[in-house]
Amino acid sequence: MKSILIKGGHLIDPPSRTDRLRDLLIHDNKIVELGDPGKLNATAKKEGAEIIDATGLIVAPGLVDIHVHLREPGQGYKETIESGTKAGAMGGFTALCCMPNTSPVVDSPEITRWVLSPERNAVIRVFPVAAATRGSMGEAITEYGSLKAAGAVGVSDDGKPVLQDAVMHQALIAAARAGLPMIQHAENTKITVGASMNAGARAFRLGLRGMSVEAESGIVERDIRLVRELTTSGKGPRPHLHVQHVSTAKAMEAIRHAKRAGLHVTCEVAPHHFMLTDEAVEGYNTHAKMNPPLRSEADRAAMVTALLDGTADCIATDHAPHAVHEKEQEFEKAPNGITGLETALSLSIKMLHHQHRMPLLRLIHLMSTAPAHIMGLRGRGTLAPEAFADVVLFDPKSTWTFNARNSPSKSRNTPFDGQTLPGVVKMTISEGRVVYKA
Amino acid sequence: MSPATKSASKSAPKSVPKKAAAQAPQPKATTPPADGIHPGSLLSITQLSLEEVSNILALAERLAGESSSKHATLLENRKLALLFYESSTRTRTSFELAAKSLGAMTTLVSDKSSSIEKGESLKDTGLTLRALGAECIILRHNASGSPYLLAKHTGLPVLNAGDGMHEHPSQALLDLRTILSRLGKKQAVTETTLDGITVCITGDILHSRVARSNALLLPRLGAKVILCGPQQLLPPEAVDLYPGITLERDFDKALQQSQVAMMLRIQKERLAGMQIDLADYQKQYQLHEDRYFKHAPNAVVMHPGPMIRGLEITADIADGPSSAIEEQVRNGLAIRMALLARALNGGAA
Ligand SMILES: [Zn+2]
Repeated sequence: MKSILIKGGHLIDPPSRTDRLRDLLIHDNKIVELGDPGKLNATAKKEGAEIIDATGLIVAPGLVDIHVHLREPGQGYKETIESGTKAGAMGGFTALCCMPNTSPVVDSPEITRWVLSPERNAVIRVFPVAAATRGSMGEAITEYGSLKAAGAVGVSDDGKPVLQDAVMHQALIAAARAGLPMIQHAENTKITVGASMNAGARAFRLGLRGMSVEAESGIVERDIRLVRELTTSGKGPRPHLHVQHVSTAKAMEAIRHAKRAGLHVTCEVAPHHFMLTDEAVEGYNTHAKMNPPLRSEADRAAMVTALLDGTADCIATDHAPHAVHEKEQEFEKAPNGITGLETALSLSIKMLHHQHRMPLLRLIHLMSTAPAHIMGLRGRGTLAPEAFADVVLFDPKSTWTFNARNSPSKSRNTPFDGQTLPGVVKMTISEGRVVYKA
Repeated sequence: MSPATKSASKSAPKSVPKKAAAQAPQPKATTPPADGIHPGSLLSITQLSLEEVSNILALAERLAGESSSKHATLLENRKLALLFYESSTRTRTSFELAAKSLGAMTTLVSDKSSSIEKGESLKDTGLTLRALGAECIILRHNASGSPYLLAKHTGLPVLNAGDGMHEHPSQALLDLRTILSRLGKKQAVTETTLDGITVCITGDILHSRVARSNALLLPRLGAKVILCGPQQLLPPEAVDLYPGITLERDFDKALQQSQVAMMLRIQKERLAGMQIDLADYQKQYQLHEDRYFKHAPNAVVMHPGPMIRGLEITADIADGPSSAIEEQVRNGLAIRMALLARALNGGAA
């Protein structure tokens, strides 16, 4: 039994709208108390608490990333649950939702439990998202109830969409019954065959086949239509659709309308989609190849707008590690995705807080409270007493230079390598244990 | 990653203008090769300034004009590798003969005769060639952008001999040399050299690297470029390749405005899944005598080859007096000699 007093810091807790100097007392794996500066000193002394000086730092609930690829089982050369969670801890994260497109696919309670086994040596909490259909083949839905019982917090065929209307309809119903979000990678793969970047003039000039905006927005619109039908029918529980890595203004607009109509539709935006445009592909940079692809400047700006106005519910990285030799290939051959856990907070601070004056309280909401809520992670994303002692301490004012080689991740496929970024994570505490210290 | 951060640092508008998504990026006139890429490389026609284009043309002119003995030892003992992942007669032979007439040693590595077959990566193949002493690699590859990968990892001068649907820069230079000589202009260019000249490029633009390289070069010299073809082979975004390019679906109308008619092959091997009625295509886009004499009786006729006689062009036109097709092939030799000399001379022509 161990206590920690984090004192002198500027505490940000979105649920209670706390945004001022407060001390924080942790006992074991839980938050005990928040108090005005100095007020908890006596209690801490009595308990023999370890004192952490957070002067000049932001103290916030640990970040929650609801879209990562930890590559296990089966692709440990790209990432392991251990290395990926260490990279997460370095980035200030204390909870990760990992996607099921592993080998084998996480489509059974057994594999779900394997991911959650202590033998995986996760340093922060991992919450598996299980496959929505068997083998993520898009044909037969999996058993959501037993997957949830095994620890799954949502269902998705990420990397592939659930294309067939009938299967998606069924998945939405079954997920609602199980109390899980149905999480969709929105891409009409029928019209993206062979495509490796955003469609348009640049793709034409580079001689690459393009993914159209409609390939994304079409599926989002279809899914929203299915949610609306199920919601208005009044039969059964309300379905929850979560749209992954929205990249186009058009899809975001559809989500905006769905929200206004009161449907339970949430979505995430990845840092690369609010930082970069398809200009980054020039020179056939495979570190700018991901799915959905980097889009136009108007789309990028629309992602920022959506994060500012609340249409986008949260930020998620789509951390997708790949080995060096896989990215050092012809552009069309190279796999999709970039790593993102190490840089998400800094990029968000740079673009949203610095450039667009988003208050840090709101930023922490987007990176911790909201994602925890979307995935139903109780006691996360908050510093309320009784919550898990998941805490990040960071300095929003100073800068650091990201060197991908120094990341605990097994991969370094990132376009942000070598960049000097604002926002330095000083310490990450997962359920009362210090798991990262700068 | 400077291009990336640059675009990222622009501030986002408060609300998204509805039509902004359709705005095309404005292409820069020249994009110098990135760090780590040998300056003797030619990966895209866009990397050359007009001064460099003029230097290459001048060198080609000199090499073509002098007796072959004068340059027979220019690249003596220099080692060049031709790395061909796609079959090619014209381009490969052209580069090979160009190299040999400058005295260089060449080796051909093709996908049918090497470890490429065994799944070796392009990077490793390049490093192996470099270790064996190759000083320059001429690459033909079916993946767009592969010359960038090879140039980056080997540090050697790489000449793009055609990459996927991207570019074929040496073809654009030899086409330019042909156009200049046919129009009686000197082999040096400025922004106004082709003022008043219209070039129509007709056929399968979508899959054509020749079309891209030409369309990215000729407007910079003042030419008007008309891209002509049916919707499926000429998507609307092609108009944004370069300012001053227009699209025209009606071949007759395009011809009426043109002093140069560049015909392209239908790339049957790349048409998978497309509904192209070849008989209809032939009717609308074939260059034949009637059409030629009715709409553009003085136009210079060009074709990068290989031609499908009877499909996009008829024999009477291909073999007629206005055809510059054989001249293109001859000019290819001169241009490629110049490019090889430039590559092995640190990028100076
Ligand atoms: Zn995805």
